[in-house]
Amino acid sequence: MSTGTAVPSRRSPARRRRREALLRLARDYARHRAGMAGLAALLGTVVLALAAPLLVEPGELTVTGAPGSPYEPPGRAFPLGTDNFGRSVLDLVVWGSRVSLAVGFLATAVSVVLGTLVGVAAGHFGASGGRGGRVLSAALMRVTDWFLVLPTLVLAVALAAVLPRGTATVVLAIGLTVWPATARLVRAQTLAVESRPYVERARALGGGHLHVMLHHVLPGVAPVVLAQTTLLVATSIIAESTLAFLGVGDPTTVSWGGILEAARTAGAISSGIWWYMIPPGLAIAAVALSFTLCGRALEAVLEARPREPR
Amino acid sequence: MSDPAAPRREGREDTGGLRRALRHVAGRLATALASLAAVVVAAFFLFRILPGDPVRAMTEGREVSAQQREELRRQFGLDQPLWQQFADYALGLLRLDLGTSFQYREPVTELVLDRLGPTLLLAGTGTAVAVSLGLFLGTRAGWRPGSPADRAHTAVALFFWSVPTFWLGLLLIVLLASGRGITPGLFPTGGMADPAGGGTVLDTVRHMVLPVTTMAAVVYAQYLMIMRSSLLEERGADYLTTARAKGLRDALVRRRHAVPNALLPTVTLVFLNLGQVVSGVILVETVFSWPGLGQLFYSGLRVPDLGLVQGLFVLFAASVILMNLLADLVYPLLDPRVRP
Repeated sequence: MSTGTAVPSRRSPARRRRREALLRLARDYARHRAGMAGLAALLGTVVLALAAPLLVEPGELTVTGAPGSPYEPPGRAFPLGTDNFGRSVLDLVVWGSRVSLAVGFLATAVSVVLGTLVGVAAGHFGASGGRGGRVLSAALMRVTDWFLVLPTLVLAVALAAVLPRGTATVVLAIGLTVWPATARLVRAQTLAVESRPYVERARALGGGHLHVMLHHVLPGVAPVVLAQTTLLVATSIIAESTLAFLGVGDPTTVSWGGILEAARTAGAISSGIWWYMIPPGLAIAAVALSFTLCGRALEAVLEARPREPR
Repeated sequence: MSDPAAPRREGREDTGGLRRALRHVAGRLATALASLAAVVVAAFFLFRILPGDPVRAMTEGREVSAQQREELRRQFGLDQPLWQQFADYALGLLRLDLGTSFQYREPVTELVLDRLGPTLLLAGTGTAVAVSLGLFLGTRAGWRPGSPADRAHTAVALFFWSVPTFWLGLLLIVLLASGRGITPGLFPTGGMADPAGGGTVLDTVRHMVLPVTTMAAVVYAQYLMIMRSSLLEERGADYLTTARAKGLRDALVRRRHAVPNALLPTVTLVFLNLGQVVSGVILVETVFSWPGLGQLFYSGLRVPDLGLVQGLFVLFAASVILMNLLADLVYPLLDPRVRP
């Protein structure tokens, strides 16, 4: 699209408009100080997680390959001390960021895909699917409301307890329990988009359900979904640590919640080994807070934007 | 809605309103019952059909002969055909029988009754503290948006909201109870009573300080944010201008006029939030070894004792559904604008 001389394709005006909208969104977002701080912290964490194999020797994270002696307080060799096996707590926390972030992102992906599918379908067929569509829409929302009522943690824990242990189970357990809020939000937004004249025009020109949903509704609800996604990652990361702490996580990997569970079962809490349990918790809080700040800034930007006539 | 003390209105209008109200109540009741039925069915299949045989899960890592396994199966009725199991389970629930714990070999209902008191005490106190703190600070923050106080309250609330509940509890234990923190052994590390000289009110209160603080700290943020935003919405309302024009002091305008209206959404949230309170109770009781339902749930998970976990799952879900129903029914009483 940057090659100005090319023959413009049929869709290019729409694409250009979308790109401009995205740029405007980025510019508005850059004015939010808290949002930018959150974004910077997040990028830093992601880089750290990706670079972890360069910084940490995985062999030193095994119980047998521990480089130090048990419960060394923070010092020169181990800036954050060692755990009950003599492993460096700093290394554990750096390594744990990989699983915690991965589970957070994947679980969010599961719930956002599920929530968007249900929300768009319920909104679209409820608004323009005729009688059968309204029945389908009502049924979808009943299911959503039912999931919304269940106590999230109890359901996630129950799922994680009955499925085989593993990271995939944790992702599934979180993803399957946090989607209803997204579905409700997306449905409301879909209904707003469906009432716009351009959707009616698309239908009048013979656009089928799939066409309207993919080309008109989905781009319209995308900004809201993005903000919701950012907030959900924070929820998912906290949920991962909670499941690990309750002992239904994946015991073979190192995650922030898993470190905290190990600290508790090793008795580090009641004997006051503060350097074993403060760093992982602070890491969770910092990452969750960063995502929350980003999500709130996005929401504020989207809300403040004037409704553009299309 | 059908307040007998209220002055009688025109007969026709009255019966119409009453009928509408009754229909509203019946509709909500039906929805709640349907949800409950779905929970009962889902719990049964979740813990039976999904991969993982309860007996195998229960005996994992232990030497158990095939014969012993059969014995266990028979004991818990797992050798019966599925429909028979479901019928027993559903009929049992009608008699408030939540099933049998595999681990304690006791009816779940009895275990629940033993542990209900401590949980209600903890959850009730925690919720009360969180609600009053959240509403008070939310009012402060929302009345002067953008002020230093607003920014500080919002920032602190967001921080606590981002902190995992259980970690905050662990932190409090390390700092205030472990004997190696800043105030060595000020509070007990867990439990509900000291083995020696326990049982007094003062002793229980001492054991409650840290768990209640943990619960309140994580939950109050949400009440603060809701109260703040609903007060923000009321701020520009005409009736506040009128109140000011009458010459009322700012504090009076806030207390008498703005807050009562802004309270409504928050009140619903308090009811709707019970699901979160359940999560909080499970985590806080686990961290502080509080002898309540949450710890029972955790002990069931560890084994895993699927009979117990299933019974508690139904119980927790049912209590949340009940609270949602209450919120639906109480709200029209509080806010005439949404009366059906």
